[in-house]
Amino acid sequence: MQIKPILAALRRHRLATLLIAMEIALACAVLCNACFLVARRWAMIHTNSGVDETSLAVLTINGFDPNQAGDVNARMVAGLQAIPGVQSATLINQVPFGPQAGAAGVSHDPNSFENLIGVVDFVLGGPGTFEALGLKLVAGRLPKPDDYQPATSFVPNDAQVLVTRALAAHAWPGENPLGKDFWCDKFHFRVIGVVDHLARAQPHDYNMSQAEWTVFTPTAPGGTLSGTYLLRARPQDVQRVLQAARAAVQKIAPDVVLDRENSRTLSDLRASYFKTDRIMISLLLGVVALMLGVTALGIVGLTSFWVAQRRKQIGIRRAIGATRGDILRYFQTENFLIVTFGIALGMLLAFVLNAVLMKFYELPHLPLYYLPIGAVALWTLGQLAVLGPALRAAAVPPVVATRSV
Amino acid sequence: MQTQGPTMFSYYLNLALRSLRRTPILTALMVLAIALGIGASMTTLTVLHVLSGDPLPGRSSSLYYPQIDPRDDTGYVPGKSQPMDQVSWIDGMNLLQAKRADDQALMTGGSVAIQPAQAGLDPFYQTARYTTAGFFPMFGVPFRYGRAWGAAEDAASARVVVISSKLNDKLYGGGDSTGRMLRLEGQALRIVGVLGDWRPNPHFYDLDVRNYGDSEGVYLPLSTSQDLHLAHLGGSDCWGNGGGGVTPSHTAPCVWLQFWVQLDTPARAAAYRAFLIHYSQEQESLGRFMRPPNVRLRNLMQWLDHKQVVPGDVQLQTWLALGFLLVCLVNTVGLMLAKFMRRAAELGVRRALGASKSALFAQLLVESGVLGLAGGVGGLLLACLGLWLVRRQPADYASLAHLDGSMLATTFLLAVGASLLAGVLPAWSACQIAPGLQLKTL
Repeated sequence: MQIKPILAALRRHRLATLLIAMEIALACAVLCNACFLVARRWAMIHTNSGVDETSLAVLTINGFDPNQAGDVNARMVAGLQAIPGVQSATLINQVPFGPQAGAAGVSHDPNSFENLIGVVDFVLGGPGTFEALGLKLVAGRLPKPDDYQPATSFVPNDAQVLVTRALAAHAWPGENPLGKDFWCDKFHFRVIGVVDHLARAQPHDYNMSQAEWTVFTPTAPGGTLSGTYLLRARPQDVQRVLQAARAAVQKIAPDVVLDRENSRTLSDLRASYFKTDRIMISLLLGVVALMLGVTALGIVGLTSFWVAQRRKQIGIRRAIGATRGDILRYFQTENFLIVTFGIALGMLLAFVLNAVLMKFYELPHLPLYYLPIGAVALWTLGQLAVLGPALRAAAVPPVVATRSV
Repeated sequence: MQTQGPTMFSYYLNLALRSLRRTPILTALMVLAIALGIGASMTTLTVLHVLSGDPLPGRSSSLYYPQIDPRDDTGYVPGKSQPMDQVSWIDGMNLLQAKRADDQALMTGGSVAIQPAQAGLDPFYQTARYTTAGFFPMFGVPFRYGRAWGAAEDAASARVVVISSKLNDKLYGGGDSTGRMLRLEGQALRIVGVLGDWRPNPHFYDLDVRNYGDSEGVYLPLSTSQDLHLAHLGGSDCWGNGGGGVTPSHTAPCVWLQFWVQLDTPARAAAYRAFLIHYSQEQESLGRFMRPPNVRLRNLMQWLDHKQVVPGDVQLQTWLALGFLLVCLVNTVGLMLAKFMRRAAELGVRRALGASKSALFAQLLVESGVLGLAGGVGGLLLACLGLWLVRRQPADYASLAHLDGSMLATTFLLAVGASLLAGVLPAWSACQIAPGLQLKTL
């Protein structure tokens, strides 16, 4: 295939060529960035909570006197455990994808935030909560009965805690986290174990790399740790058990108010927490699909026009010996050249768009491997779009050359 | 040309319709491209318009949110540290009692359990606003029944309450409930007023509670809420040795209240800013404030801007839709070019018969305008569909997404404007044709 005559022909149609290239460039820029956004949201909605979500539900009550917390807890735990199907009912302050209960900045030094580790979530759990969550211990030991200290403030004063692998790697890179100390003002924590995964209550509010900066703090029930209960049941029973538990609250403790909004299964909490992300993903994909469709239609429209305009020339070429394949390949090569030009322009545009998004939305750099993927997608789109008009061009009979119009 | 304007216009319109009818598929493609682009951008622009709207039109320019910085000097960076977003009890009370503004109110959010007297209604939680009396006149809150409470009730910690019309509907079937007793948190409070339809969006006066959606169900005097130890709901930010706790104490170094003032003239606003600086200096000399005076006095819209209430997702969607509109327009430019060039012969004949270049240009632009109008109608339908989909989203602003008159006009302006813009280049290049060359090929 000779490229020179194609370039010569395109030079006669500068405006139309430029328009197709522009369209491809814009599509390339939006495609790469939209796919990048989709991939990030996709990773976000697959955040590993580290807990057995399908077996868990949470029940929240309030409206009781803080002085009565111990009594209410005892009645609630006993009452909830009596519900058929409940494997365990224990105390917790927050669960992944529920409301955040305790988050604070922690530091390597006491009474100072100079040597800051970061803002971490404190998951307070009573005896049995660690096991009920189904957390996976990767180093150290499980909490012992005397590790469960009472908390009057948002955490116990001096606690033996378990941290996630992600937090350990951030706070003590390359070191053994076991036995390490950290502080939140005057509150002291010592690491006794490391868990594989445990997500924050609201991972969206933080950078993705910080979604698992969580500290599991064994805490004695009462005081701060009251009113929120973790129910564990077999996955097929969870929904039914939660309904029964919600209905039972009135009987167990008539003086408290059930917080309906925050008494749900963990699968349910997860689904509603990520609902907007799922909508955003389908929206982005929908716009990308529409945009590619519109671009393809534009290519079909302009190429059809060119084919109609060059009918006579095509006829002459056919009459002097060009095969159908030659004509077909001519239009395909022409499209390939224009699309390639558009992609080159589009890659620059993609980085400009990415830079703008980075400025406003705290996004990282667009990974380079998105560019070849975008290029292949657009080449394919261009070839598919041009196929119809090109076949029509190839079907022009040589006899056209002998007619005057 | 000048006097014949209207007749020429209708002639061009006639030509345009004929020409469009001759190539129905190409026309449909162009209309579809414009409609899709317009539909997507109008959906997102409407959401953006609703969310960044003025919650109190006519009043917002004279409402200000004073900010001061009562923290200790830990972490203070001169010139960079922002003052706090709320005020502490002591500062709030000091500023309130100074009465230096045309009107003022100190408030905070709460959550109270309502215990209905009616059998068959379980106790339920309602969001509450604890505020001084200035709230109602300053924000222009409408009343359906009764009235607001006054300064005397504030001072006496009177057991009075104002409820929203929604709560009034739920508890009393929408009747006049003033004078009745409402039981909340074990206390009986007398209902003095029922609000009319009042739903300022964004929820500007306390963005820590929520940005958009319904207003609170019950309103009661701040002093009464403190007397009854009602639970605080909203943001609280402590420093120094200020402990946690849900409801900070009155003496704790914590900010958890919002203070709004009304200042009717710019001169009053300047005077108030000077007062805030003076107040900060005074507190510094008393040893309460550790930082040099660091104050801001933003009006309502500036405050919303500063707090960036419009969700990032919505902005992203708007940019995405505008990008899509651009792709659609470039596409339309290409298709129009193909269409106009195909008619080179017809244009050549008109040129040869004496039509000027500008007459041809006008004719072709009328044709793009017609396309734009058709695309606008299609875009409007798509935008209505899009907004219906937005309203089904779970976001707190979802129910607000409705098309209003100004956005309707914008839709058509945008559609016609965009298609005229798209038509300029193809029309201009079609007019450059030498008439003789085209006539020869006929």
